[in-house]
Amino acid sequence: MPRNPDVVVIGAGIVGAACAWYLARAGQSVLVLEGGFAGGSATAAGMGHIVVLDDSEAQFALTSWSVRLLAELREELPREVECEWRGTLWVAEDESQLAAARARAGYYSSRGVAAEVLGPRDLATEEPALRSGLAGGLRVPGDGVVYPPALTRWLLDGACRAGAEVRQNVTVERITPGAVDASGGRIACGLVVNAAGAAAPRLTPGLPIVPRKGHLVITDRYPGLCRHQIVELGYLRSAHTMTTSSVAFNVQPRATGQLLIGSSRELVGWEPAVNQEILARMLRRATDFIPALARLRAIRTWTGFRPATPDKLPLIGPWSPGSGLWIAAGHEGLGITTALGTGRLLSDLMLGRQPAIDPAPFVPGREMPAGAD
Amino acid sequence: MAAPVEIRINGVSHRVPADVSLAAALLSMGFGVMHRSVSGMPRGPVCGMGICFECQVIVDGDPHRRACLERVRDGMEVRTDE
Repeated sequence: MPRNPDVVVIGAGIVGAACAWYLARAGQSVLVLEGGFAGGSATAAGMGHIVVLDDSEAQFALTSWSVRLLAELREELPREVECEWRGTLWVAEDESQLAAARARAGYYSSRGVAAEVLGPRDLATEEPALRSGLAGGLRVPGDGVVYPPALTRWLLDGACRAGAEVRQNVTVERITPGAVDASGGRIACGLVVNAAGAAAPRLTPGLPIVPRKGHLVITDRYPGLCRHQIVELGYLRSAHTMTTSSVAFNVQPRATGQLLIGSSRELVGWEPAVNQEILARMLRRATDFIPALARLRAIRTWTGFRPATPDKLPLIGPWSPGSGLWIAAGHEGLGITTALGTGRLLSDLMLGRQPAIDPAPFVPGREMPAGAD
Repeated sequence: MAAPVEIRINGVSHRVPADVSLAAALLSMGFGVMHRSVSGMPRGPVCGMGICFECQVIVDGDPHRRACLERVRDGMEVRTDE
């Protein structure tokens, strides 16, 4: 890497890593600065669910495109990335949720994403561990699972093979036009990408991002208990309503035979301690759907901070005109899914190429819904 | 010493002393491999005091029991993950 890189990427979470990967492979000299260690913050607190969502046209465009970009890499990914195309099974508790599932299946299918509605009997056949009495479900077979820190590492390694450099344990104190002030001194550069997740507003005041805390539990190895990533359809209500706290049933079988159990959402600033009350609610919700979970041994519980925006879409694009500052942050709970689409979109915009999806909904300075946060 | 007890290991009956840990009983019967790591490597007891989790076996259908912390009981069904 030359003395003054073309681009400094701040943050080596999965989003920063994907930006570096695309920029370096497009011939840019890239320096990635990470305050802790690569993939060690929100990336390590994500489940690694690769999921198409349809909260908005823009969200569908970014998630479905990102899933395709990852699927194109499936032969290249090493085993430690633990990439498995298990599919998502969205569970409907009642007829109204099943009706919503039917509508989603139609929306997905008409846009080229496979999706099928399951009745109660098919649901029980697909996932016998689910409790009886559920109305059915929606199966999206093209969704997948990865181990996010390993995918981040793989992207950074690929960027480095294309000439990028990654420096960890480097704190960036300030972004100025044409340079960043880091704990090791000033680094002159062409452009800067702020990909610091929920910490991004510390360096770029005014970014509409708040930390939204989540809890995860991982069990010992119990292979075969479930096959899909199983999520309640009510998850969307939990994820998309900015209430003080909410929980939803979300269970993911890992390649190791372990089960990852989520999810919770809280607005409590940067308080990282496990909240026993929320944890209990989250696990009760999980055992409501899969009673057998109650007998399993959990081996670790941890928390992380999703970078949440008021309109539930990430910020991807230039910040103030002429500043040379670009933003790739605010992915809330979808950063693992949308990292590749984000990196590709951002690099196309930075290099003046025609992007594959409409960048307008992701413009960082867009108007946000009032009072949403 | 108390009378020996009978336990079943992978479906086969064995008589073992009554007052020993399951890990000791398994080792004395030649069952050094008690489970497999994620990558399939053989694992057996290292610490003998419940810390290393390398002696996990299935006891009466319950997985992930640490053999070093279990006392043998008459009629115990044990499966090692060989």
